Amino acid sequence: MAKTAKTKIAKTKTAKKPKLLFEGSSWDFGALDRTYDAVEEIALNDLGLDVYPNQVEIISSEQMLDAYSSIGMPLMYQHWSFGKHFVQEEKLYDKGFRGLAYEIVINSNPCISYNMEENTMAMQTLVMAHAAFGHNHFFKNNYLFKQWTDADGILDYLEFAKKYIAKCEERHGPDAVEEILDAAHALMDHGVYRYRRPPEPSLREKKERERERHAYEEREFNDLWRTVPNADKGPEDDTQRDAQERKKRLHLPEENLLHFIQIYSPALKTWQRDILHIVSNIAQYFYPQKQTKVMNEGCATFVHFYIVNALYDKGLLPEGAMLEILHSHSNVLSQPDYNDQRYGGINPYALGFAMMADIRRICENPTDEDREWFPDIAGSDNWRCVLKDAWANYRDESFIQQFLSPTIMRKFRLFSLADDSKEKFYSVSAIHNKRGYRQVRDALARTYDVAALDPDIQVVDVDLLGDRQLRLKHTQRDGIPVDERDKEMVLFHLKKLWGYDVIMET
Amino acid sequence: MPHFIDRRLNPKDKSLGNRQRFLKRVRSQVKEAVDKAIQGRNIADADKGETVTIPTKGIAQPTFRHSTSGGYRERVLPGNKEFQAGDKIEKPPAGGGGDGGKEGSDQGEDEDTFVFALSREEFLDLFFEDLELPDLIKNNLKEVISNKYRRAGYSMAGSPSNINVIQTMQRSLGRRLALRRPKEEGIQELQHEIFALEKISEPTIEQWARLKELHETLEELQRKRRVIAYIDPLDVRYNYFQPKPEPNTNAVMFCLMDTSASMGEREKDLAKRFFVLLHLFLKRRYDRIDVIFIRHTHESSEVDEETFFYATESGGTVVSTALVEMQEIVEKRYPPSEWNIYAAQASDGENFSGDSAKCNDLLQSVLMPICQYFAYIEILDEREADIFNDETQGAELWRSYRQVYDEWQNFAMKRISSPADIYPVFRELFAKKDERV
Repeated sequence: MAKTAKTKIAKTKTAKKPKLLFEGSSWDFGALDRTYDAVEEIALNDLGLDVYPNQVEIISSEQMLDAYSSIGMPLMYQHWSFGKHFVQEEKLYDKGFRGLAYEIVINSNPCISYNMEENTMAMQTLVMAHAAFGHNHFFKNNYLFKQWTDADGILDYLEFAKKYIAKCEERHGPDAVEEILDAAHALMDHGVYRYRRPPEPSLREKKERERERHAYEEREFNDLWRTVPNADKGPEDDTQRDAQERKKRLHLPEENLLHFIQIYSPALKTWQRDILHIVSNIAQYFYPQKQTKVMNEGCATFVHFYIVNALYDKGLLPEGAMLEILHSHSNVLSQPDYNDQRYGGINPYALGFAMMADIRRICENPTDEDREWFPDIAGSDNWRCVLKDAWANYRDESFIQQFLSPTIMRKFRLFSLADDSKEKFYSVSAIHNKRGYRQVRDALARTYDVAALDPDIQVVDVDLLGDRQLRLKHTQRDGIPVDERDKEMVLFHLKKLWGYDVIMET
Repeated sequence: MPHFIDRRLNPKDKSLGNRQRFLKRVRSQVKEAVDKAIQGRNIADADKGETVTIPTKGIAQPTFRHSTSGGYRERVLPGNKEFQAGDKIEKPPAGGGGDGGKEGSDQGEDEDTFVFALSREEFLDLFFEDLELPDLIKNNLKEVISNKYRRAGYSMAGSPSNINVIQTMQRSLGRRLALRRPKEEGIQELQHEIFALEKISEPTIEQWARLKELHETLEELQRKRRVIAYIDPLDVRYNYFQPKPEPNTNAVMFCLMDTSASMGEREKDLAKRFFVLLHLFLKRRYDRIDVIFIRHTHESSEVDEETFFYATESGGTVVSTALVEMQEIVEKRYPPSEWNIYAAQASDGENFSGDSAKCNDLLQSVLMPICQYFAYIEILDEREADIFNDETQGAELWRSYRQVYDEWQNFAMKRISSPADIYPVFRELFAKKDERV
């Protein structure tokens, strides 16, 4: 009792006269601890974030390079493509073309984030606010992640995958495994479900349903139907009806190519099917990240910016550290113009952060324009709720469609450029003015639509009892073709997996 | 309460397995690159790591993806300065160009090539691959020379056993002089005087004053002695040792080659591999190796490596001229008492008729007694290799060398037609060497 009383006194004392969390640039675990607690205080009680428990791991730069090469996961099966990736990253890093990320964060429960040991204490503060609270909150609350990923199980699953594939290598030889993995990786982007379906009924439910169906048929049976003249329209439609029947049975058309092959390929052995299953599960796990780059980074950046400012206002951060943080913050947010040497697309950090900061502004100090564009939120007194709602219920495409304001379009001086391969000219279709806002916003949102980013390729037909030819169909959008050279190579892989001929129609 | 976990001590190189898989995958292309690198390299630095460029064929990771051209697309760009809706902008001419490809192409890396660095180990592994060396030898060659510690001046820090007394005392003395540390004798003198004065039973006033003054001086001196140490940590110097490869013995390696027109690209490449391998073997034993290149047609000259391998000359073939040249160089620059002399000769077996006897003579009487080892390889066409499969038969030069071979243990000769034939030439050398060592 006496002890707790003492600590209480100590706490109230520090509350009265705040002490800096740390001084100087080097970090130690004590300072990390103190800072984490201060960051957490703001994140949970001020911003009201909802996060998985955190596990912060300190790693060296070599380990960071390692983590890079296995798509950021702490555990991964072995494959040459990760080696290739590593070699590339290593070269860029060694030559100084590129620095390493300050952190990597994993969508898991507990949420693991890796911080580099080279970071200064100021950077560790920034990184903790950014990853351990910003990204963490987004992972836990965004609907895509909730729907598609299993944060509790991912680490165990990767562990299983790694061991399983190592065991396959042992049993069937590394070459055989490599061949399957190569083919699976080629189809990885087409190994995800894009739309949620009802969960597969359990065996018991299936049986129950079948029994009901039989009972219904028996009950409804009436021999009279047979005598109706056009009940049987004739044999010329037989083949078509067969095809219909067949497609129904195979749940065609099917967009998840990997899944389809895993289930129906006549050529694969069980372990090969299992490997395909693993790859498609991992693809599915990463699918939400692809759709939420702007939001995810925007959310994390907004959160760290808010938290470090709050820390500074409380007098907990030394000025030097604050300057360092601001410097790094503005580096991350730089958005070069389209005709700049450094331009490499729209910076998701910049766009995301700007939009979120703008939402706060619209809530707090709306202009007339904002009231016209965002009647729901303009002047709302709770920007925290508005933002949390956005983080939870949108992905990049819909977020931009909903929240990109004229202010931001003017700030970035966005314009949209139409490129028709039949024309000799690019034409500027809209710019950041009153007539163009909506069109620019629509065009920008479309570029973040995953459905438009990957070609739409589906399995349309296969006759498993006949020639077993797998027929794919590519539905073109705006006349954009599929890259020919890659297509040939992927089809080659597909044929290996399928074992029979594969054709693709456009 | 967060979990902080310190992973820094965990093993790194987690992706070593991935790297090995990757290397295996691109083995044939990398091998090609390594062979090319060896051809373009000096013999002495054959065993450095290498940046290799390989075609991406075979390591492409294809996916179904949209083509970069064709169709209708609309993109949104930031930083508009002068455009209005409806403006038309001319497309840059087809086939890239313009300022479109600002990145990538400058760095000599485009879609079709992939550049990465091999470590020395990996490089040598690939180089040895088709030489068919026994594993033990491979390991010996790859072994890095152990360093010996040599004196390299003095340092302020070190272990007590390395204290350099002279340096330390010199500094101590200098400091004591500069700071005027009172000497022992001066104090003794004072003490004597004080003692003498104190013995006087009734000192005069002057004596009294003098005594007091002496006491004060003595105290002052003693205080100074206490403050100014005899040996200060600042004075201490340690002997400093630095790791250095110790050149215990020197070797000179003579590369002799026929550069007449009959030696083509293939022959020179085989010869080069032969020289590289000998150099590697020697490097293992000697810290300092000079390499001398002597080329010959009907006359011979000492040349640099570039000329040796890449220049072609026309003329006949007189082998003995090279041996004479070698003898002269040895006499002038490499006295056999100080140098281990190795020679490697490559030729296609042709010689001016009558000259071979002279070669035999030169070798037997002059060169063989001073050489550690003399290796001769005759490079054959693959066709010819089948015809000359009898070691005792051959052209004139081969026959006369054969006599040398019978006489001298440190003479090796071999016909080779492919890289795999090179190693056996060295086998004898190492069998013998290892016995002796």
